Amino acid sequence: MASAIEIEGLEKRYIIEHNLQRGDISFREEIVNAFKRVGEKIFRPFARHRSNQPQNKEEFWALKNISLKISPGERVGIIGRNGAGKTTLLKILSRITEPTGGRVTIKGRVASLLEVGTGFHGDLTGRENIFLNGAILGMSRAEIKKKFDEIVDFAEVEKFLDTPVKRYSSGMYVRLAFAVAAHLEPEILLVDEVLAVGDLGFQKKCLGKMEGVSKSGRTILFVSHQMGHIATLCSRCLFLQQGKLILDGPTQSVISAYLDSLKDAQFASLRDRKDRQGTGQIRVVDTWIEDESGNRVQHVFSGSRIKFVVKFERMTTGKLSNVLFSLGINSSQGVWTTDFATNFINKNVTINSRDGQAECIIPKLSINYGSYTYNVMVRSGNSGFEIFDFVKDVYAFTVEPGDYYGSGYVTRGQNVLAMDHDWGINEE
Amino acid sequence: MDKSVTQKTIVIKPGRSMKHYWKDLWNYRELFIFLAWRDILVRYKQTIMGVAWAVIRPVLTMVVFTVIFGNIAKLPSGGVPYPILVFVGMLPWQFFSSSISLSSGSLVSNAQLITKVYFPRLIIPTSGVIVGMIDFFVSFFILVGLMVWYHFVPSWLIITLPFFMLLAFVAALGAGLWFCPLNVRYRDFGYVIPFIVQFGLYVSPVGFSSNIIPVKWRLLYSINPMVGVIDGFRWAILGGENGLYLPGFFLSIVLTLIIFISGIWYFRKSESKFADII
Repeated sequence: MASAIEIEGLEKRYIIEHNLQRGDISFREEIVNAFKRVGEKIFRPFARHRSNQPQNKEEFWALKNISLKISPGERVGIIGRNGAGKTTLLKILSRITEPTGGRVTIKGRVASLLEVGTGFHGDLTGRENIFLNGAILGMSRAEIKKKFDEIVDFAEVEKFLDTPVKRYSSGMYVRLAFAVAAHLEPEILLVDEVLAVGDLGFQKKCLGKMEGVSKSGRTILFVSHQMGHIATLCSRCLFLQQGKLILDGPTQSVISAYLDSLKDAQFASLRDRKDRQGTGQIRVVDTWIEDESGNRVQHVFSGSRIKFVVKFERMTTGKLSNVLFSLGINSSQGVWTTDFATNFINKNVTINSRDGQAECIIPKLSINYGSYTYNVMVRSGNSGFEIFDFVKDVYAFTVEPGDYYGSGYVTRGQNVLAMDHDWGINEE
Repeated sequence: MDKSVTQKTIVIKPGRSMKHYWKDLWNYRELFIFLAWRDILVRYKQTIMGVAWAVIRPVLTMVVFTVIFGNIAKLPSGGVPYPILVFVGMLPWQFFSSSISLSSGSLVSNAQLITKVYFPRLIIPTSGVIVGMIDFFVSFFILVGLMVWYHFVPSWLIITLPFFMLLAFVAALGAGLWFCPLNVRYRDFGYVIPFIVQFGLYVSPVGFSSNIIPVKWRLLYSINPMVGVIDGFRWAILGGENGLYLPGFFLSIVLTLIIFISGIWYFRKSESKFADII
């Protein structure tokens, strides 16, 4: 059978310009430069063209030599850490951005769902937005009309159809946006992480709908960090890492390979990570977890005292006051588990030297079981909350049940949390 | 959905996006209509302000120009009530200026769409010009009212008006297509456009008839494409008294076409990078 999607040697390169924020060049600068160049030509016509611009451009390969075939009706999950190239791949397949090299052949009508509610306009009513959003996602007017009632039913917003969506609650807004997307019926559906929002019940409804769609012979490419969703929906899975296709196979085995890779300390050294946000005024260069005796560990036990250490460096010297550090813990299923932050406990941090380390002490770990990673964020506590550095998934660790209650009892189940508790029995 | 559409094959290769472009543009005509409809809806949603804005602006400008050029400077109007002379010139100018402001900013204001869905990007600036056109029709009713007030009967040449409307459309879209990518690439380009619009108002024959320009300068004056459009409007609505200066008129048409075609070329050239740099 002919493939629905055939990818050969696909590559995408971005040029990162370091001195310029977001690659913006101002028109004024460009004009001034042009005059400078002309002036130079006039006054020194024989001077060799100087390439005196400091080399502040850097190549970044978002995708490198990807080749694969997908048959019609296949449901393929795409997993990988942030910055692995998952979204870039979907963007190329949906023709939003052009590849730098390689070739893709797609047979059939493609619809991409990279975001929920693309093109929604707050001033328009729910009814108007259904039509607008449907058209943006590639439905014809006749198609939308035919499915209109179904969409409204699915979103459960019937009463508010003629209310501008800016008055909607965020839940209603998301439901309506989903509902339109869920009624797309293209041959090939590209979905990026959109199920991460919305409440659990509604997520389930959408997954069910998507499953139904794929049962009718449609091809789905699905990017998600929720391994649970990937496992429910997809039979085949791709694992991307730093733009390369590492593994392609049955979902279960690819997911476990991915989870293993998270546990490996094979992470690119934190100092060299490119997929970070922030001004860089403070940069996190290393991080680890220490147990009670100060050993660096990746396995910890519930109930034990552990310490998260974050090593940072600064570009400038001088006093930097009101700095906020925070750690966000995520489970390997993609559930945002908890946060630790200096401002939660009113800890005022002032930094004087060029480097140092922040330590977050957990006196008694109440996570009971599972694999986790954490994000680090350093930002200003002053108005504007300027982000200095934000890196996701900087370190992975697993938690095993331990003697949480100090009673010698260790849970044998895989329950996620442990919590101090007491019992009382009142008898009549 | 019929089979012929569903079984189409797309090939994605660097530099390849060009191939089916015009066919794609046709396929996405519904999206185009929806986007234009959205822009119009949003513009006129707060109905009172929306319509009022389209009325107040041209009327006030007309009053000011009539007082300055007609009553104080006492420029000739060729037998036509001065307010009508001004207003007929202002119709295409207002259309042109609001269209280029709307279309040149349209890519940046739709950045979210551009990074999340594919469609021929040409749709977006064009839809901006369509919104300008709606404003034009609103203003046109004011002109009709003005004519009734002054008991002014337009000449039969008014049937040629659609042609000049098309010319204005092409000129506005051409300019918009040039400004759009520049606006994406250079964020400070946004400051240039209001200046062009402001400046253009004074160098175009809006407040006066271009008959007052000495003949030896008229060809040079016609380098401004809007001169041809505005003269055309006056000729079509006010009739023979405001005769067309043909060499200048053809120069304007040629320049308009050059701007339009080169605008499409430039836009298409920059299009594939929009999603990456916006």
